[in-house]
Amino acid sequence: MSTSAAAVAKPKLASKRLVGGDQVAQVFTCFFAVLILAVTAFLVYELWISSSPSKERFGFGFLTSRLWNPVTDQYGALPYIYGTVLTSFLALVIAVPLGVGAAIYLSELALPKWSNALTFLVELLAAVPSVIFGLLAIFTLVPIMRDYVQPGLQKVFGNESFLFGGPTFGVGYLTAGLILAVMTFPFIISVSREALMAVPREQREAALALGATQWESTWQIVLPYAKLGILGSVFLGLARALGETMAVTMVIGNDPGIHASLLSPGYTIASVIANEFSEAGGKYYPSALVELGLVLFALTMIINGVAQLLIVLTTKKGSAKA
Amino acid sequence: MKNIFVTGALSLSVLFALPASAQLKINAAGATFPAPIYQQWFGEYKTKAKVEINYQSIGSGGGRKQFLEGTVDFGASDKPMSDEELNSENGKKLKPLHFPTVLGGVVVAYNVTGVTGPLKLTGPVLADIYMGNIKKWNDAKIAGINAGVKLPDAAIVVTHRSDGSGTTFVFTDYLAQVSADWKSKVGANDQVSWPVGLGGKGNEGVSGLVKQTPNSIGYVELLFAVQNKMPFADMQNAAGKFVTPTFASVTAAAAASKGLAADFRGSIVNAPGAGSYPISSYTWLLIPTKITDPAKKKAIVDFLKWMVTEGQKEAQGLSYAPLPKGVVALEMKQIAAIQ
Repeated sequence: MSTSAAAVAKPKLASKRLVGGDQVAQVFTCFFAVLILAVTAFLVYELWISSSPSKERFGFGFLTSRLWNPVTDQYGALPYIYGTVLTSFLALVIAVPLGVGAAIYLSELALPKWSNALTFLVELLAAVPSVIFGLLAIFTLVPIMRDYVQPGLQKVFGNESFLFGGPTFGVGYLTAGLILAVMTFPFIISVSREALMAVPREQREAALALGATQWESTWQIVLPYAKLGILGSVFLGLARALGETMAVTMVIGNDPGIHASLLSPGYTIASVIANEFSEAGGKYYPSALVELGLVLFALTMIINGVAQLLIVLTTKKGSAKA
Repeated sequence: MKNIFVTGALSLSVLFALPASAQLKINAAGATFPAPIYQQWFGEYKTKAKVEINYQSIGSGGGRKQFLEGTVDFGASDKPMSDEELNSENGKKLKPLHFPTVLGGVVVAYNVTGVTGPLKLTGPVLADIYMGNIKKWNDAKIAGINAGVKLPDAAIVVTHRSDGSGTTFVFTDYLAQVSADWKSKVGANDQVSWPVGLGGKGNEGVSGLVKQTPNSIGYVELLFAVQNKMPFADMQNAAGKFVTPTFASVTAAAAASKGLAADFRGSIVNAPGAGSYPISSYTWLLIPTKITDPAKKKAIVDFLKWMVTEGQKEAQGLSYAPLPKGVVALEMKQIAAIQ
């Protein structure tokens, strides 16, 4: 009571206090924003410094060498880069049609009641810790892959074929790609659905008024409108797939080779760091692992940057009018 | 209102005051394999001597690293320090003493369709399997030492640890001793460049792969294999006898081995003696020669004396092989060297 009375009596004081509050808020929030930047910069700096022995010794050859031998202290990143990119690519090939398809159903076709319930479940799926997915993969997915899927693929394509040749262990690139797909599609569904929902109602109504069927309206009008947002969701999923560690480590087979067959065991950057860092001794071994981290950081930074840009673009276009 | 704050502050001060009056704290870190017995020892020692030893099982390599960097009071490792580590700047300063604590064995676990009885393997055959030279279970070299066992015409799925590990060191150390080919092409280390095979993280990762993959072979800690009731192979030792890995045969290997140097470093794989299990190893505590804090020095010395005597009696309860008598006597002498 007394404060509001004072504010009425002395409006100048109140406005002064408000100005002061704004400034404090500005300083604080600016500090937080800078802090986040500083943490990122510090991270890059640390990765850069700690990896310098390896950078000096191996140079750019680090990125192209296939040798990883802690006994002779020689390190190369190529098998890990290959494994990381291949498994993430496989994950996207599987998750994008599934995720975007599900997002179309949820935003365009499903009853709102169903849509909300399903979206809630999908978001729950996104919150499951990755080690749980890994355990599920070891105990259910790997035996299924080994006993049914991989022999099946070999029956169809031949067990000497380029993509599906070799012995079937159950673990390998394809299994890792599958589990990554399961882990990324909640992100793709969630973000794609938001992008589709942001398409203005008038667009759909106009399409229907011109005589389009619902599918024509969705396929020819709504999807192109939300294209950038959906792309953004794909990139977010890809970033998650690139950095995923535990679940992949459990099913990829941890073999630092480069194999064409998708059924072969492989290795990823995140997995080798998780596996080897705690026991790595000497000068070059830990530093080579840190340099792998730097490579992964660069990969994810680029992808995240592109994704952010796309999302910003599409939300401007969509939600401003809605 | 005021009262709440006062009681709050009081109870807070009580909370913070408690640790101040509590006992001496010692930090240690290292090997995961002996961690269960270390936790039990340190727990009992805490109630007995009012000294709290905080042990982090971060792995042998991490234990040696943290010890050399001086971030822990003592370290623990399944692999003794290399000459390079001892001659490093910090190594020369700290002059680590190695104290064997318990013994471990590495067993060759397998999952071969149709094979129930214990499989027999020799060192050279095992090396050939891990080199990728022997590819099938019914290979003449395996069948030759397993008369009467029906081996399938199936490819061998080789598995190994994907994380750096003292277990891998003991296993590859053994293979390097029995196979010149392995020694020159692969070598012995916490982590090697494996010629063939799938990697699993930790003992549980390897055992998971072996249990799930038909016709597979892998290596795990004896303790782990016993707890998980995995079938494992009898290994031929240096005396030519096939020996089942047990705590007795591991201790027998330690007693018979001449591999341990005066500073307790060295390996006891491929030990002589008819009853010795060939893939056995010590695990060590790394203690600096000079401990400046007198309270810590007394606590660590007392603990070591208790560990090599009373503590050993608990080892078998937790399925660790205890130290041979001769080693205990030598360790008592080395304890006196701590300044």
